[in-house]
Amino acid sequence: MLNDLILNSRQYGHLLEGMWVTIQVLLGSFALGTVMSLVMGVARLSTRRWVRGSALAYIEFARGVAAIILLFWMFYAVPILFGAPSMPPMLAGILALGLNMGAYGAEIVRGAIQSVPKGQHEAATALNLSNRDRLREIILPQAIPIILPPYGNLTIEVLKGTALVSLITLSDLAYETQKLRQNNVISSDPVPLPILYLNTLIIYLILAQLLNLFFKIAERRSARKFGSV
Amino acid sequence: MSQVEPVMPTGSSPKGAASVEMKQVVKAFGEHVVLDKLDLDVDPGEVVVIIGPSGSGKTTILRVVMTLERIDEGHIRIGDRQLYHEEKEGQLIKASEKHIREVRSDISMVFQHFNLFPHMSAQRNVMLAPIKVRGHTEDQAAENAKRLLDRVGLGDKLDHRPSELSGGQKQRVAIARSLAMEPRVMLFDEVTSALDPELVGEVLNVLRELAASGDMTMMMVTHEMGFASEMADRVLMFDKGTILEQGPPEQIFKDPQQERTKNFLKAVLSH
Amino acid sequence: MQTRWDWEYAFEILPDMVQGMLITIAVTLIGIVIAVILGLFLALGRRSSLKWLSYPTAWFIEFVRSTPLLIQIYMLFYALPATDLPRWLTTWPAFVTMFVALGIHYGCYASEAYRAGIESVPRGQWEASTSLNLKIKTTWRSVILPQAIPRSLPPLGNYFVAMFKDAPIGSAIALSGVLFVARAFQSADFRTVEPFTIAGLLFLAVSVPAAAFVRRLERRVAYESS
Repeated sequence: MLNDLILNSRQYGHLLEGMWVTIQVLLGSFALGTVMSLVMGVARLSTRRWVRGSALAYIEFARGVAAIILLFWMFYAVPILFGAPSMPPMLAGILALGLNMGAYGAEIVRGAIQSVPKGQHEAATALNLSNRDRLREIILPQAIPIILPPYGNLTIEVLKGTALVSLITLSDLAYETQKLRQNNVISSDPVPLPILYLNTLIIYLILAQLLNLFFKIAERRSARKFGSV
Repeated sequence: MSQVEPVMPTGSSPKGAASVEMKQVVKAFGEHVVLDKLDLDVDPGEVVVIIGPSGSGKTTILRVVMTLERIDEGHIRIGDRQLYHEEKEGQLIKASEKHIREVRSDISMVFQHFNLFPHMSAQRNVMLAPIKVRGHTEDQAAENAKRLLDRVGLGDKLDHRPSELSGGQKQRVAIARSLAMEPRVMLFDEVTSALDPELVGEVLNVLRELAASGDMTMMMVTHEMGFASEMADRVLMFDKGTILEQGPPEQIFKDPQQERTKNFLKAVLSH
Repeated sequence: MQTRWDWEYAFEILPDMVQGMLITIAVTLIGIVIAVILGLFLALGRRSSLKWLSYPTAWFIEFVRSTPLLIQIYMLFYALPATDLPRWLTTWPAFVTMFVALGIHYGCYASEAYRAGIESVPRGQWEASTSLNLKIKTTWRSVILPQAIPRSLPPLGNYFVAMFKDAPIGSAIALSGVLFVARAFQSADFRTVEPFTIAGLLFLAVSVPAAAFVRRLERRVAYESS
């Protein structure tokens, strides 16, 4: 029975190649998304109105425009706007998913910063710490244990989102899966489609569980390091 | 009870204590006027205790000096510099943030709920600001922190996190942390109110030494009348936005002039 | 190269784009109905004391929530017809496949929203019901659900806005929603800026007010339960 559920090694080879591309897109988007989350999350709480407003505008825009539409717009429309013939799909994917992630992450960061007790800000003022030192030494370290759990969920959502890059011709796991499906017609060893998709889903599931594990470990370590009374 | 050595002279500023002069200060929260044209002068090295019913705004006096709240009207002078104003071509204009920060470096505050940084050890709590604000090296700051914590009786708790300390110990760390910045004015906002009764004494001992040195201007909001009558140079009765009456402790406690002062003292001292 | 922005062209394609948007909205609304109902069953199944029911339900929810919607759509659209199940059960038009896929995917999220809502009802409410000797059905109907449902609404609202943002994925199986129409214009007229920009703007025009509405709902619920 188990034999029926397994693909042959060549097919797994293709899928794993696609998985590697998926991981690259994920890492790139995560990096961009985290930078945007921190910058915009802090900016949302700035005392200067134009900084707050710009951050809010970015968040509403990058969240409100669906990730997939942002992706298509980034890949097909943006190059034209800048007078270039095209953009590498990997770049478009990372930009779209990263900016989209940043908008959601910014709200997580903002909420966490706001939940740090007000007394901590006042103690920093009483010691005349600069705003930057207050954020870096006092507020953010206490915000991190609060940020991590929802941030882990967000990262898994980004993993799921990477499947969309298959629609702009990037050879990720989803794309390779569809390619195998198309090859079925000419292949000497056609794979039943439910089995194919089941395998793909399980690979994504494994990646998601690995992310989960990674974040659980990070949560535990940060609670120990930055945990409060 | 742990032995507490005098905290001076390594805790106060080389420039010595500063005066505080509040002139016609107004602070309102929406409709509610908390400070109503307040005039208050504190001499360098003077210990002033502010008493009064809760909600009277006494904490706000400290908070506007510490710039945790900004004043709506009036002037506050620390030593020979205006806190909220700058002199430009002979005129007094609203100060820039940079100016406020500069003058603020002479002021420090100890809070009712300690506000220690929970993710740092006691020593690190005391070291952080001198390193970041005054540019001390790690070694300098560490040594100074150890010395200050020794003097408040916590030399053996350098590596302890706030969560491992009792309330009284936390407050003493908070005092050491403020002293590390060599302030010229120190503000104390009900610093024993959140402590279990048996822990109050150890904190008062530290404050006692600080007050006795005469080297620090201290403004305290407190309910500890015993401490006030012992250590205060002046006691202020504050109610409904203004100073009701003020004077030496013997005068206020033994012979209050105002009706509301009499009622307040009766209610507080009968416990 | 093509010019940056052609206003005439933009207005020309606008009606078709709006029509595509209506289809995207329609598939979302039906998906919401399915998710609301399915979510409730999944939530109850997961809370069941029968281990053979609660465990597989939990695994199913976890599986669906951890894997991409796109692949789940492919599974329903391409893989199901390839099985030996009866035709009526497996060969659906793209529109139907899409709202079923959305319904199942977000039904799993909805079940979590219900679960959180139920668990946020204070323990004391259950204990009070027991001490008043209320029947289980009454406890649920008169005590628990009236408190659990308002608390579930804001997260549900957020999930449904998210569902709307996933609806354009239907273009991958040629569902003529707003994204598919944009791509059709792309291949027909070789213009990309106007179709995709208009698609984005139309999307913002719906999702931003919807998100603001959910936030207002959140504040009202928080206010009323405090």
